[in-house]
Amino acid sequence: MARSILTALVGAAVMGIGAHAASAATLDDVKAKGFVQCGVNTGLAGFAAPDASGNWSGFDVDYCKAIAAAIFADGTKVKYTPTSAKERFPALQSGEVDVLARNTTWTINRDTALGFNFRPVNYYDGQGFMVRKGLNVKSALELSGAAVCVQTGTTTELNLADYFKANNLQYNPVVFEKLEEVNAAYDAGRCDVYTTDQSGLYSLRLTLSKPDDHMILPEIISKEPLGPAVRQGDDQWFDIVSWVHYALIQAEEFGVTQANIEEMKKSTNPDVQRFLGVEADSKIGTDLGLTNEWAVNIIKAVGNYGEVFDRNIGAGSPLKIERGLNALWSKGGIQYAPPVR
Amino acid sequence: MAIGVTTTPEKSKPSGSIINDPQVRGIFYQVITVIILVAVVYWIADNTIENLKRANIASGYGFLNGRAGFDVGQSLIAYTSDSTYGRALVVGFFNTLLVAITGIITATIIGFIVGIGRLSHNWLIAKLSLAYVEVFRNIPPLLVIFFWYSGVLAVLPQPRESAALPLNIFLNNRGIAFPKPVFGDGSQYVLYAFVIAVIASFLVAHHARIKQEATGQRFPLLWTVLGLVIGLPLLAFLATGSPITFDVPVAGKFNLTGGSVIGPEFLSLFLALSFYTAAFIAEIVRAGIRGVSKGQTEAAHALGVRPGLTTRLVVVPQAMRIIIPPLTSQYLNLTKNSSLAIAIGYADLVAVGGTILNQTGQAIEVVSIWIIVYLSLSLTTSLLMNWFNARMALVER
Repeated sequence: MARSILTALVGAAVMGIGAHAASAATLDDVKAKGFVQCGVNTGLAGFAAPDASGNWSGFDVDYCKAIAAAIFADGTKVKYTPTSAKERFPALQSGEVDVLARNTTWTINRDTALGFNFRPVNYYDGQGFMVRKGLNVKSALELSGAAVCVQTGTTTELNLADYFKANNLQYNPVVFEKLEEVNAAYDAGRCDVYTTDQSGLYSLRLTLSKPDDHMILPEIISKEPLGPAVRQGDDQWFDIVSWVHYALIQAEEFGVTQANIEEMKKSTNPDVQRFLGVEADSKIGTDLGLTNEWAVNIIKAVGNYGEVFDRNIGAGSPLKIERGLNALWSKGGIQYAPPVR
Repeated sequence: MAIGVTTTPEKSKPSGSIINDPQVRGIFYQVITVIILVAVVYWIADNTIENLKRANIASGYGFLNGRAGFDVGQSLIAYTSDSTYGRALVVGFFNTLLVAITGIITATIIGFIVGIGRLSHNWLIAKLSLAYVEVFRNIPPLLVIFFWYSGVLAVLPQPRESAALPLNIFLNNRGIAFPKPVFGDGSQYVLYAFVIAVIASFLVAHHARIKQEATGQRFPLLWTVLGLVIGLPLLAFLATGSPITFDVPVAGKFNLTGGSVIGPEFLSLFLALSFYTAAFIAEIVRAGIRGVSKGQTEAAHALGVRPGLTTRLVVVPQAMRIIIPPLTSQYLNLTKNSSLAIAIGYADLVAVGGTILNQTGQAIEVVSIWIIVYLSLSLTTSLLMNWFNARMALVER
């Protein structure tokens, strides 16, 4: 008996020592294991949701694919970890996922105390409210006394408390951990109001039993800049994840699409040549720790930012969300990429 | 381990080396085990601190004084989003305690009824009890909770079509709304009257027992106590000019406003835990009763004691000695199962702690608080039950 306990203890100690040495350069780890481990939502149509055969698709999922394409020239080398709002941060902190592309709001607290790094914002969002049309509510300011369904562990939960307090409104929070539970409770009439990021509301409305019975109120009560997050302390990986987004934006700006990428490689425009890594003596990708073809590979895998947006959540999807703030800076939005130079 | 190695001279020493001395080997293994245990604990703690530092994650319990910023649906104490994280945890703790205590009481009552029912000579009662036990014992508790929750939500009407029950009680899928007493000036006298009535009841009961033991005459205790406990506060209430009024729920824009509300989350969790645990308690009760020698019942019957009284006065007191120790485990299980509340959004300790964990990112601290609280709750329950067990133990004369 004593011997078996001893063996177990020694075994545990050895395994623990092994774990201590993990977390060196994320890029090397990713290359060694041959895929990117990407933390995504458990199921938010348009952003990250598996289909019947288990294939993931969506706006955030395309970011995972783009990162994989930049590294491996193959957008399929991704493994997905579905995470609830509560599970996502420990998953990234512990190194279970390499990057978190899960409609996560960039806040100062998450950037500092939680030990994450955010830079590019791939979707500028804001928090909204959805109600049943039958309630005859026209504004969020008429919601005093309502029961509000909300997902726990989100900035949404905090904004909700602040907004109702600031406007002297009463409410009764009904809080769940998983998105599906919030949906089910709202659909069953447990609460009068559903609040989350407005993009999420459009997505969730499609999953309700009678989508047309629900309306989204005009008020946007918060700034929700959503973007991919990585752990602090690995600048190279942080740069790669950031520049994948900027490459998508830059490609849209240059008019480089999935369809015309091969043609564009022959472009005489020096900016485009540099961006696509066909310039003589190019170091545009190798300085990132990737190949010079990295931007080409991203666009081949998912297209440019506009294509990703339209296909998943924009005009070409059931969600039909307007570009709005997410249009390019040159077209009235605020999506902007630093120069690729 | 202060055991001297050389203090056994009278034992015939084996001729082999010291390695074969069982006592030396025993101490050796113990020392090695303790060293390894301490080393592992130290290594884990050191590694954790090191990793947290390297990942730039904040640590320490200072966050408990920070502003929570979120609201909680149901709270037994005053709480707003301006309260601290620490207070939010206390809210969750009380909610856990509330569902655990009410659940334990109800589960015990149902469990005893069903357990005794299984031994009934009435075929229908026995089979119904058997079916109850087998159904609830063989379903995971989470499913029972979902069953009640979706059942409660699906069956109850929307707020605008609330079912009106007598006494201004309303039922809808937001819970049960009932009038809330509002205590005006002078209502403290009603409370005093009630306290006096309770004390008086104990005195009367004590007196009645002494009288019965001395003379064999029985005193109508139940009616006297009922009269005291209801009558005295009622007199005080009328004498002070009806100071207590009721805040009755009325239909508001979204839901009923006013009155008090018990939410469907609490209701379904409470019902699920009670019914689930009651199935196990029923089996424990049945085992306990079966464990009492049949001769005891026969002796009671031979003395002319009626079957109901036999169960109450002869069988159950003896069965309790068998029942209490496993009952303790069931109480502990119920308390711990209450953490499944998170699945239906009841704001218990785990749910509130989970929110805090997410907002502050301080997983290790929050998890350690969870562990300490549940450990203390369980140890307290065990202590109480052990004390109760000691009281009920056979006293030999």
